[in-house]
Amino acid sequence: MKIVYTDVLVIGGGLAGLRMAIGAKRRGHDAIILSLVPAKRSHSKAAQGGMQASLGNVIKGQGDNEDVHFEDTVRGSDWGADQEVVRMFVNTAPKAVRELAAWGVPWSRIRRGDREVVINGQKVTITERDSAHGTVAQRDFGGTKKWRTCYVADGTGHAMLNAVADRAIAESIPVHERTEALALIHDGSRCYGAVVRDLITGKLTAYLAKATAIATGGAGRIYRVTTNAVICEGMGHAIALETGVAALGNMEAVQFHPTGIFPAGILVTEGCRGDGGLLKDADGHRFMPDYEPEKKELASRDVVSRRMEEHIKKGKGVKSRFGEHLWLDITLLGEHHIKHNLREVYEICHYFLGTDPTKDLIAVRPAQHYTMGGVRTNPTGESPTLKGLFAAGEAACWDMHGFNRLGGNSVAETVVAGMIVGEYIADFCDRPGNDASIPTGLVRDFVAREQSRLDRILLGSGTEDASAIRAQMQEIMTEKVGIFRTGKDLKQAVDELQKLLVRSRRIGLRSRAPGANPELVTAYRLRPMLKLALCVAYGALTRTESRGAHFREDFPRRDDAAWLKRTLATWKNETDTLPTLGYEALDVKRMELPPGWRGYGAKDYTHHPDTAARQAEVEAKKKATADRFELQRTLMPYEQLLPETLRGRNERIDDRFPPAPPAEAKEAREPDFVWESE
Amino acid sequence: MSTPQNQPTSGQKIRLRIMRFNPADPTSVPHLQTFQLEQTEGMTLFVALTEIREKLDPSLQFDFVCRAGICGSCGMMINGRPGLACRTLTKNVGPEITLAPLPVFELIGDLSVDTGKWMRAMSERLETWVHMKQAEVDIQRIEERMEPELAEELYLLDRCIECGCCVAGCGTARMREDFVGAVGINKIARFRLDPRDGRTDEDFYEVIGDDSGVFGCMSLLACHDVCPKDLPLQAQIAFIRRKMVKLGWK
Repeated sequence: MKIVYTDVLVIGGGLAGLRMAIGAKRRGHDAIILSLVPAKRSHSKAAQGGMQASLGNVIKGQGDNEDVHFEDTVRGSDWGADQEVVRMFVNTAPKAVRELAAWGVPWSRIRRGDREVVINGQKVTITERDSAHGTVAQRDFGGTKKWRTCYVADGTGHAMLNAVADRAIAESIPVHERTEALALIHDGSRCYGAVVRDLITGKLTAYLAKATAIATGGAGRIYRVTTNAVICEGMGHAIALETGVAALGNMEAVQFHPTGIFPAGILVTEGCRGDGGLLKDADGHRFMPDYEPEKKELASRDVVSRRMEEHIKKGKGVKSRFGEHLWLDITLLGEHHIKHNLREVYEICHYFLGTDPTKDLIAVRPAQHYTMGGVRTNPTGESPTLKGLFAAGEAACWDMHGFNRLGGNSVAETVVAGMIVGEYIADFCDRPGNDASIPTGLVRDFVAREQSRLDRILLGSGTEDASAIRAQMQEIMTEKVGIFRTGKDLKQAVDELQKLLVRSRRIGLRSRAPGANPELVTAYRLRPMLKLALCVAYGALTRTESRGAHFREDFPRRDDAAWLKRTLATWKNETDTLPTLGYEALDVKRMELPPGWRGYGAKDYTHHPDTAARQAEVEAKKKATADRFELQRTLMPYEQLLPETLRGRNERIDDRFPPAPPAEAKEAREPDFVWESE
Repeated sequence: MSTPQNQPTSGQKIRLRIMRFNPADPTSVPHLQTFQLEQTEGMTLFVALTEIREKLDPSLQFDFVCRAGICGSCGMMINGRPGLACRTLTKNVGPEITLAPLPVFELIGDLSVDTGKWMRAMSERLETWVHMKQAEVDIQRIEERMEPELAEELYLLDRCIECGCCVAGCGTARMREDFVGAVGINKIARFRLDPRDGRTDEDFYEVIGDDSGVFGCMSLLACHDVCPKDLPLQAQIAFIRRKMVKLGWK
């Protein structure tokens, strides 16, 4: 049996995984990253429009700060988020942008003086301050009060991933590319690492570590129509679920992005609307102001997606041979803007649609985009039920997005969570009590179990076709567990998915070729994917209210009295065909922002019994305290939850720090970079 | 990409001739296998190859990740020319399409090659990261300023997706294994332009000032023609060579 030992095993080579590994390595702990693909090909790459951080550099971002970002995020989440975690996040996001700026991300920068922008369909001239010249620029995004989204043209994730992946190389962190974790090794209370399959040779290896961290992104591929990359099959979620001990939080919370290219589902960025693009119907009519007079195209994604589908149901969709769609119009932004700030959108339209977005409208329809649910963790990123297991980014539920995440908060979360959880992993490894004493028999059993599972598929006499079952699952999810949900559809979906799960136990292969064997890969991923699909569908069926992206036509109201709680799904026995659901209440009495109207979307909801009292308490404290930092501390202290190195305020143009003391001469971090003079 | 005169229309049959070889299987020998599919509207090579794997031959190996032309996974030889399969419409290259793996890179199987390993080695060798001038930046404070034009210029060079098309199209890379390729030279150009990087031309000369670096380029410049991101490779190679020549003659 081949065994690899390390301090920290990171599963997933996207932004969150890379940043966690860098954090742990800088604290002296060896880290190995496992990745299905070369790190720079991870789905973090696909983040286009930008990363939210309240720098407040642009004139339309003036007055932005952590408080505004906090409120936008909590409202966006429809009060499903953990408000302490949101606070940790918003305070770290500006630091993350600035760290990345130092690491080489070519953030788009502000030029002083006048510039023409499009706001609400009108060309407007705004004037950037002299004092902001050359600082990181922000653009507008949905669900935000200020222009807060920092960007690199429309290749933000690409540029961030380049910088962070290269930093990992600089820090000599090995990335074991084309490897896949099939199972976590654990004894029911402590995680010891993972059984890992080499996707080139097909061989299994046990990776053993003090700390194991999951950062495998989303599970969009359980849907047929999704913006997600083909590798986003939720395998990180699934191996945590299959421990029977770790829980998945809020899996029914699934985001649909308003502008997936129709019918392929490829994403065009929210930056299109942020920069002034409009949604139009079959008559060329701009319909969003009819539904959402406050935020129009820039309400949160769940609201815009629902309004689009509602409008199509009214017969206003554009008919095509693949079905109906709507139009995204960015022609009014002008050729120069599109070719510089929306370059990837231009390329995508050119290559996939054969159209020119400077002249033509773009066919769009909402598509599955983001998995709010994930491995349930503490604010430190550690599983509360399985010691030594951590998670961060889209694969985690710590839980900053609740039932709907804001555009630009996801790529921000990857690096912010990477920074925070990376420190906590290092703390965990530092504590002597956490040295893992490896039960070698357990390791052997886990490897043998995984090998026999593979052999059963490879050599067995099953007759079911994995690709066909998978396609049926994707169809059920897209048709019945989509934007508009009903008890009837969900019940059917759960029944059908359970039948597929039973059938998936009898898969047969047509090809037994040695090596990678892509058919075997599809086959062994099917069952875990079906379990995730069931967590989503069953969680949605059971949640008889509407909150954020989870919308029940038969229960259209948000019900804080009954449902202000987080769903926790576990999978107790391999023979089960349904997850076991539990719930974790959110405490209104500790909320800095008690539940209310989001500022867009539905205005009617059922109050929680504690809301009125807490609201009055918050109002009274607001009147009594002028200083925003002090007020925040009295309402909901959180700073103790951040690693010490990440605490502290963020400087802004309108809130300058006193000048720094003259810097001491320090050695550069690259110790291996000393040139001999010739 | 040039458009053939007899573009396949929806419903028409297209034929994909695919280079097959599985190095993990001792009985496998390299050969071309032909698959027939029905052309559908908007069909890309991603759609076509996925359909082949799901319906005709589940053992076919290939790599796709984003399927949107931004991750660089699916570089392959399409009718003899390196390109991204995911954003190639079959109607533009059909009805007869020949697919082969990118040369130069280690073959994993069929159309799948190990570009990741090659790129990591290149990155380690050229140290493709910002060599920061000071050890720590105070991330609580306002970021260092940069001219907006410079930021955009940096991004233009940073748009490289490491797909390997430039290497596969390169005459020198076919002859010497250690050649850094246009991808490597472009990286040097990118970091040389970046004021946050403390390296000097002398430092860059150390890593690319020889025949495995910028002086190995024979100026055939297929790299420039095949780059799916339209990076200005011709200009960058010429520019870096001029800078390095200047140093070499000192």
